[in-house]
Amino acid sequence: MLAHALVFYLFSFIAISSSLAVISSKNTVHAVFFLILDFVSISCLFIMMGAEYLGMLTLIVYVGAVAVLFLFVVMMLNVNFKDLRTGFLSYLPFGLLIGIVIIIELGMMIGTWKYKDSFIKTSEIQISSKVSNTEALGNVLYTDFIHYFQISGIILLVAMIGAILLTFRQKENLKRQDITKQVSRERDDGVLLEEVESFKGVKLND
Amino acid sequence: MINEYLNIIFLDVLKIMLLLVPVLIAVAMIVWVDRRVWGLVQLRRGPNVVGPFGLLQTAADALKYIFKEIIIPAGANKVIFILAPVVTMSLALLAWAVIPFGENIYVANINVGILYLFAVSSLGVYGIIMAGWASNSKYPFLGALRSAAQMVSYEVSIGFIIVTVLLCVGSLNLIDIVVAQKKVWFAIPLFPMFVIFFISALAETNRPPFDLPEAEAELVAGYQTEYSGMMYALFWLGEYANILLMCAMGSILFLGGWLPPADIFPLNAIPSPLWLVLKILLLFVAFALIKAIVPRYRYDQLMRLGWKVFLPVSLVWVILVSGFLVYFKMLPVN
Repeated sequence: MLAHALVFYLFSFIAISSSLAVISSKNTVHAVFFLILDFVSISCLFIMMGAEYLGMLTLIVYVGAVAVLFLFVVMMLNVNFKDLRTGFLSYLPFGLLIGIVIIIELGMMIGTWKYKDSFIKTSEIQISSKVSNTEALGNVLYTDFIHYFQISGIILLVAMIGAILLTFRQKENLKRQDITKQVSRERDDGVLLEEVESFKGVKLND
Repeated sequence: MINEYLNIIFLDVLKIMLLLVPVLIAVAMIVWVDRRVWGLVQLRRGPNVVGPFGLLQTAADALKYIFKEIIIPAGANKVIFILAPVVTMSLALLAWAVIPFGENIYVANINVGILYLFAVSSLGVYGIIMAGWASNSKYPFLGALRSAAQMVSYEVSIGFIIVTVLLCVGSLNLIDIVVAQKKVWFAIPLFPMFVIFFISALAETNRPPFDLPEAEAELVAGYQTEYSGMMYALFWLGEYANILLMCAMGSILFLGGWLPPADIFPLNAIPSPLWLVLKILLLFVAFALIKAIVPRYRYDQLMRLGWKVFLPVSLVWVILVSGFLVYFKMLPVN
């Protein structure tokens, strides 16, 4: 038990201190690296709780894909943090407002979950301790909560289409490679044999 | 109590050493195999001077790297610059923990083994990005960006390939995946997926024909440009350890892992780890042959192949396989 507690406090200390480092570090790329450290230690905490599926999913989705794209953008854009900091005071009220809303929402959620069970829909499926948590999660997610699951999928799809639409620009006169067109090209399409008479030349119509 | 803990830790360390030392030796040998196959295809001899058949060539190279000076560029971000090769090498070795060499021969047997493999192999991109960014130089940076985009794109199709295999198995445990192939290896019913997995593995490990991150004609050596001495050697060994890992993953997912091709006498007398090693070697020789005979892809072609060919094909195949399994009531439900 002691070892368990020690490891738990180690990971939670790393998680909290690295998330503080995310918002306080001056270098944006360092901030993203601290974010990755945060994700990794959170997935370690998930695994310690026995939720190995969620832990692995955090690693794959957040660390393996989302954070890579973050890093990508941060490295490419070369954001100057000094310029961002100048507007700190003018953005402060909005930031505080958003923070307060999030805290109230979280408080409401935790309050109802803790003190009024009937308010929250829980699954009626009995989960036995023998089933691995991947299976248990699938059993709940694809039966009782299938609508929530699909709605969240559709929201993500809409967000993706929106992002593509915002960045999509059709340029004219852009040369693109069309593999099927290239492969299906025959000799007759590209080569023309003409008998050329002396002193007359030849006129090609193309 | 403390004694008990120490005992457990000692046993675990012993187990890990028993796995890692052979893996590291195998990595050294595989570099030699790679160069020999490459030489054979090009009608050269390849490394044949150091030791019998040149077997000790890699050891000689490693010694050379150890004695070389490590140079850290003045403009580099020191911590991340040093961390990058360490991350690459340790992630490449970390994943070996879950590879089963037999029904009872493994270091760790976890419920979500295949997800662990997938997660660790998808983390491999960080070593490269860190190296590229910390070098503070144009070529490494461009190489790292290319590599990150490439690995993220091919992971998607590898994910779908894993899903098709999991549909046929009904478990995320690597041992269950191998045992499910007792009747027939998944390479036969899922042959198109096997081919796509093989090509995606080439792209995921930055092997030719997809070695764009280190395309020497355009990017000098990509993300490795500023590295020297032991740090370069770590990248190099980590890359080969990753290739071996992808071969192991391919043989576990599609070639029946440690199982012999048929359960008849001379074949099932060979111990199970040997079968897995043979299959890994087979896949690796294919990797080496492809390095020698296929010219390098252009970057836009690589992206097109990943997103416009492999992604839709593997997605359709997932739907086909699941439809087939549901229609014929062959879903593995327990």
